[in-house]
Formats: sequence, structure tokens, C-alpha cells
Amino acid sequence: MRAFDPQLAEIRFGYGLSPVVRAPENAAAILAGLRAPDVMAARYPIEPFDKFRLRMVKAQEARVLRRKNRGTPKAAEARKLRNLLNKHARQAMYLWANQTFLRRIDTETAFRERLVAFWADHFSAHGKRGVERRATSPYIEEAIRPFVTGRFGDLLESAVMHPVMLNYLDQLRSMGPNSARAVKVGPGKGVGLNENLAREVLELHTLGVDGPYTQEDVTQLAELFTGMAFQAQNGFKFRKDFVEPGAETVLGKTYADAMGPEPIRAVLHDLAVHPATARHLAWKLAVHFISDDPDGDLIDALEAAYLSSDGALMAVYEVLLDHPASWTASLQNVKPPVDFISSALRGLAVSEDALKRLEEKHMRRVFAAPLIQMGQQWERPVGPDGWPEEDPNWVTPQGFAARVSWAMAAPEFLVGPLPDPRTFVDTVLGTWASEPVRFAAGAAESKAEAIGLILMSPAFQRR
Amino acid sequence: MPNPLSRRDFLMRSGFVGCSLAASPLLTPVTFASTPWDTRLVVIILRGGMDGLDVVQPYGDPHLGTLRKSLSVGPQNGALDLDGFYALHPALAPLMPMWEAGQLGFVQAVSTPYRDKRSHFDGQDLLEAGTPSLNGVRDGWLNRMLQAVPGVNAQTAYAIGRSDMRLMQGAAEVANWSPDADLNLSPQAVRLMELVTQSDPAMHAALVEASLLSDTGGDMSGRRASSHVEIAEFAAERLSEEARIAAFSLNGWDTHRNQDNTLTPALGRLAETLLTLRGKMRGDTWKKTAVIAMTEFGRTARQNGTRGTDHGTGGLMVVAGGAVRGGRVYGDWPGLGDGDLYQGRDLMPTGDVRAHAAWIMQGLTGLDRSVLETAVFPGLDMGENPGLVL
Repeated sequence: MRAFDPQLAEIRFGYGLSPVVRAPENAAAILAGLRAPDVMAARYPIEPFDKFRLRMVKAQEARVLRRKNRGTPKAAEARKLRNLLNKHARQAMYLWANQTFLRRIDTETAFRERLVAFWADHFSAHGKRGVERRATSPYIEEAIRPFVTGRFGDLLESAVMHPVMLNYLDQLRSMGPNSARAVKVGPGKGVGLNENLAREVLELHTLGVDGPYTQEDVTQLAELFTGMAFQAQNGFKFRKDFVEPGAETVLGKTYADAMGPEPIRAVLHDLAVHPATARHLAWKLAVHFISDDPDGDLIDALEAAYLSSDGALMAVYEVLLDHPASWTASLQNVKPPVDFISSALRGLAVSEDALKRLEEKHMRRVFAAPLIQMGQQWERPVGPDGWPEEDPNWVTPQGFAARVSWAMAAPEFLVGPLPDPRTFVDTVLGTWASEPVRFAAGAAESKAEAIGLILMSPAFQRR
Repeated sequence: MPNPLSRRDFLMRSGFVGCSLAASPLLTPVTFASTPWDTRLVVIILRGGMDGLDVVQPYGDPHLGTLRKSLSVGPQNGALDLDGFYALHPALAPLMPMWEAGQLGFVQAVSTPYRDKRSHFDGQDLLEAGTPSLNGVRDGWLNRMLQAVPGVNAQTAYAIGRSDMRLMQGAAEVANWSPDADLNLSPQAVRLMELVTQSDPAMHAALVEASLLSDTGGDMSGRRASSHVEIAEFAAERLSEEARIAAFSLNGWDTHRNQDNTLTPALGRLAETLLTLRGKMRGDTWKKTAVIAMTEFGRTARQNGTRGTDHGTGGLMVVAGGAVRGGRVYGDWPGLGDGDLYQGRDLMPTGDVRAHAAWIMQGLTGLDRSVLETAVFPGLDMGENPGLVL
């Protein structure tokens, strides 16, 4: 057990060592960085969803135009317009991926970027069709990023009630079986309850699958959730005609009918401070930042900080950065592919110019395709549970082969000239640079191969 | 029973470990001992919870129509009659010849012991663990089966694709590979890579296996097919040689909303996968093959308010291959009346999906029932032999 170490802080709680950015001197410096204004968000902006919404409005207009003019040249024009809107959204997605990488490369408070990624994964959501497929970064920028240093209850409310989440987990069409709308339409016409979001809120976002809830709680929460809707023109909208009439009881507490979103907010804030939620989140943070099998005392300490602060996340982070179990010198978790690439870019100090120069086809070749091969498609986890934490998921032969291909070729494409491998080994590995890695870096046939070998070393791939 | 040739033993014997700077150790061609059995087993995990009531529609049950208006609408609406009671979803029409040849069958109303929380993730974990609960279980049932049979080597069993197969995790050595992966390195780089990763056993093993498989199985003649077809081709190729077991996943079965739009392509992929396995297996391999496709749970008997179905309990198992007795729907039909449903909402499970998998493994390998009921599926009562294997 040890105490704070600047290099380890960068590796374990950030995106690795950088040749240009100084590591934080102590935990207080990291916490101060979190409290300070979000410099990176301002320097490398990403379109918030509220602005992204206008792309959806335009796409909707194109769809209507096409439907109204079937078989005429106007319809063909509308289709072209839709394709163009899709293309622009796709290009924007690559730009936002770049901005995300640049924040990770340049930041002095890398812990903030890690926290944004952690909570974005906790609240995994993405659009299903059309331009909305590209709305993930805007969703994270709007619903997650501003809330990662606040209270978990506010983050929960922001993520769960966000249009991207509502659509992703099928909430938008869910209506009470006895709602005004369902009664009007009549039974069997595709109206009624959908319990997807309610279940995942309990299982994934708050209590955890071992938490004290039943199927009845899921159903009641689904009824309580009715009414949350979205219109591209106006954003979040509460639809009274979707609301299941009557009170609902979730985990023994009854929420009265209000014909508005207040009871939904209330139940989310109650769930946020539930002891099972505290335990679930404490465990998840420890697994993510420390190891697959984290120290029990650390989990207890995180849980206690969460409970005594009513879910104030800064209090929890303070414990995380302070606890001796967070500073074991041996590197633990394997970096998932996106983090592997992010920390390579930071270690190589890839410049804004170099990334901005990349055309869409380059972005596909250098980032999108390799990430798929490494097993972590950009912003596309398989399910609402996000990416797996356990190392065996990331140390597979096929994933390893994909990392090798990237490590040997991508750096040369992104930085010219490549750094001297004999110094690069110390730049990115710090005190974890071992003799075999030094030897390999010197014995490789080319600079590119040497850089690749250093990036493939266990000391670089773990944190 | 001792593990006759573990992966590590194998690597030591063939000189893959401990000679990092010797001449190109990873690229040495190797021959493998063949396993003592000749049949083939393919296990497909259908992730997301397949709606068995829409895939094999019990249109003969009078309650189906009241529970479902737009789903599972039977032969009068395009489903293919199987036996006068069940009808097959039209998206599986390409498999009708396989059904008629007796090489495709189903088991209706089966489940794992998983109940009530209806979580995909726990449901899948339990399906792959093969145990009554998840407490402390880390390995998967297919791996425990490998531990119980003699003659297994590193090429006997393959976990294929980019997703992790818990089913195959455990002490027995299993090859992990994805057909679109390739390790393109100079011999010198391979040696240095070995040196660099030597301190980390997990990474070193991944490197060694990547080298091996890039060399022997990576070439897919430059043509890119859909990933499920590529996976099926790779499995067929390996199984036509020394491999005896392959496992992989097909995703996309979680049909909460507008089920037709999701289920139809998912079933299309399943059909293509089975047809590719049959088409690409060489010689009489298909005749010796049993394919099991299983899912974490079925879905609600009633369709929900969004033309979909929510997480349920009793589900459907698909069996295929020349070694199975197909052309029939197995399983005890529990009925869909009010009192028949599990918790008033789901198809009541009347059989354990593990028992059927166990009987298939017993039929293929002759493995002792007692081993299957204790080591492979601890605590399972296999019950009577349903006769799934010819």
C-alpha cells in the first residue's frame, strides 16, 4: 500500500503519461481541477443535443416531403436531402470523436475525462436510426458531462429523462394501459406499457441486479414513467395523455398522480440515495478505476462517503483518490481499446492539426475500423450495460492482433517524425519501463515497430 | 480425470514458451493429436432473449390470439405450418428443407433455472455458467465438459467472434479467434513482442494464440461476408478438420418494440448461419454435427403496448445438424390460459434447457450421465432422454 504518486495518478485515473502535460502533484490538485471551469469542453466544443435536435427536425421535414411526393422528382430531392443530412451527421460524429481525443490528449485534469467516460458508459444510450445514430456525443455533452462533479441524483435525472435514453430504452411509446390515449385508440393497436427503461434504471443505473426490487417494482416504475416523450421541434415533452392514472408504489413508497414529471423526478432522487445504489456505485467505481477484484475496505469507504453525502460525487472521488488501496504500485486493469488508443495519442502528443487534417476515410481507417476489430466499436456498446470491465474481455487473441496492427501503423500516420523509441519508452511508461521493453525498443527493425512494441507492453496496456 | 494435454503443456512441449529469441518459434507448423470422438458440437448463444412464441408459434393454442394481436399470427398469415399445432416464423422459411430432412428441430417451453429478475446480463451469465446460481461460478459449462473428456488439445474447441464467450471459459484450453483478425508481423517483431509480453501471462498467451491462428486459419480468400456468415464459415472450416466444438453468439433478439422489424433480420441471420455451417462443412462432417442454439429467456406471452414483447421466462431452443433427430417440436406444452402462465405473464417453463444440452452431449460423446449431472451441470436432473440425437 502506498500513497499518491503523480505518474500513477496519470496512468490509473487519467489517460496515461504525456511528454508535454505535467502530472498533478497531489489529490488536492486533481480535485481542484474538477472544481475549476471545464476548460477542455470550451477549447474543443461538441454540439450539445439541444442543438443536434435541429438535425433531427430537418431529417423529419425531409421524410415528410418525401412521403407527400412519392414517385415525383420532389421525392427524389427529399431523399437526396436526407442522405446529405445523414452524411453531415456522420462527419460531425467523427469531428466529435476527434474533440473527445483532443480533450484526453491536452487536459491537465484527465480524471474529469475518465469520469465523463465512466458515467457515459454507466448510462449507455444511443440513437437507433437516421441522424439520431450520431447523437451519442451530443447526449454525453449535455446529459452527462456537466453533472459528473455534482450529485448522483441530478446525473441520474439528467440521463434517464434525456430524449436519447428515452428512445434507446423504448420509453417514448410506452403509455399506461388505462391512459387517455390508450383508451381512445383501443386495445391491441400497439398501445400500452413498455418496461424496458424501468427495468434498466433499477438493474443498471441505480440499485443493481442484486438490489431489493421485484417484478412488481419494475411494472410500477414503468407505469410511473409514462408520459415522458420527445419532439424533435421542442425537445423533452410531457404527454399527459400517456400517463397511467392513479398512484404507483415503488420500493414501498407511493407516488401520487401529478400529470407531470415531478413524481418521476422524485422517484429517481429516492432511488439515487438508496443504500443499494450506494453499494452498487461504490463497487462499480472501484472495479473501473482500480481492479476487477477491488479491495473490500475501499468499496466500504466509497459507499460510506456516498451515503453520508447523499450521493455527492466529489466526496466519493475524494475518498477514491485518498484511499491506500488506490495506490498499489503494480498496474492492474487492462485499458479497453478506446482508452488504449486515447493514451497512445496522449503519449505521442498528437496535435490538433494532425487530427483535424484527417478526412472521413482516414478516421475510419485509423480509429473506427480498428476499434471494431479490438472489440469496442465507437459509442456502440452491445447493450445498456455498457462495456465489460473484466480484463479477460480485453485480452483475447483477436483483440491483441488488432492492437498490434494499430500500434505498429497508426502512430506513424498521426505524428511525423516519430519520437525516438529510447526516450518514448520513458515518456509513456515512466517508472514502469522494464529492461525487456527497453531492449525490444532498441532492437526493433524500425522506429514504427519499436513504438508499436512499447505500446503493446503490459506496462502500457494496464493501469 | 487429469487433463491430458493442457494448453500450457502443449506450448512447453512444442517449444513455444521460454525461447523468445530462438528462430521464429511461433510460426512452426504443428500437428495435433485427434480427439477420441468424432462428432461435432456447435453451441450458439442467442443474446437478447429470443421470443420463442413468435419463432415457433403455437397457433393451435386457443389463447394465443387473445394474448397477441399482431405477433405470432400463424399459418393464415404467412407462418409455415410444422405439425398442425406449431408454425414456423416466415423468416425461417429458408430452413424448411432442413426441417423436412429431419435436421432441424425445436424444444419449446424450456429455460435455465434463472427466475424473476429477468436481466439479460444475469440471464446470459447463468445460461453460460450452467449452474443453478451464479454464486462464485467463474467457468462455463462447455469448458467443464471439455475438462471431463480425454484427448482435448488447444485446437479441439473454438470460441469464435469478437465477443467473449463465458460458456467456454475455464481450466480446459480453448482457442479464441475471430475470422477477420490477422497478426501481420515480421518474425523479428514476433520475437520481440514475445519478449515484451513475457512478464504478463494473459497477454503472452493471447499473442501466442494470435500467431498460431493467423498462420493456420486467418485466410478467408479476401472476400468479406457478413460477420455471422464469416463466423459460420470459419467454424465449418475448423470443424471439418481437428476441431470438435465451436461456440459463438448471435445478437439482436431483444424485441421490445416493433418486434417484426428486429426479429425478422435476426432470424434471417440464424438461418444463414445454419445454412452456411451445413454448406461449408466438408465431407460427412455435417452428418456428425449437432447445433444447439439457446437464449437467456423467452419473452412475455402477451405482446406489450409497442408491438413488441418484454423479458419473460420460458423460451425456445433450436437444434440442427445431421446428428439430431429433427422434424419435430420437443417439450411439454404448458398452455397459454390464464392459470398456465408463469406469474401470469410468461410462458411457463416445463423443461430445463441444460437437460437437453446434456442429453445432446451424452449422445455425441458418450459422456457419463453422472459426469454431466455433477461436473458439467452441477445439480441437474437430466430426466428422461428426449432422444434428440440419432
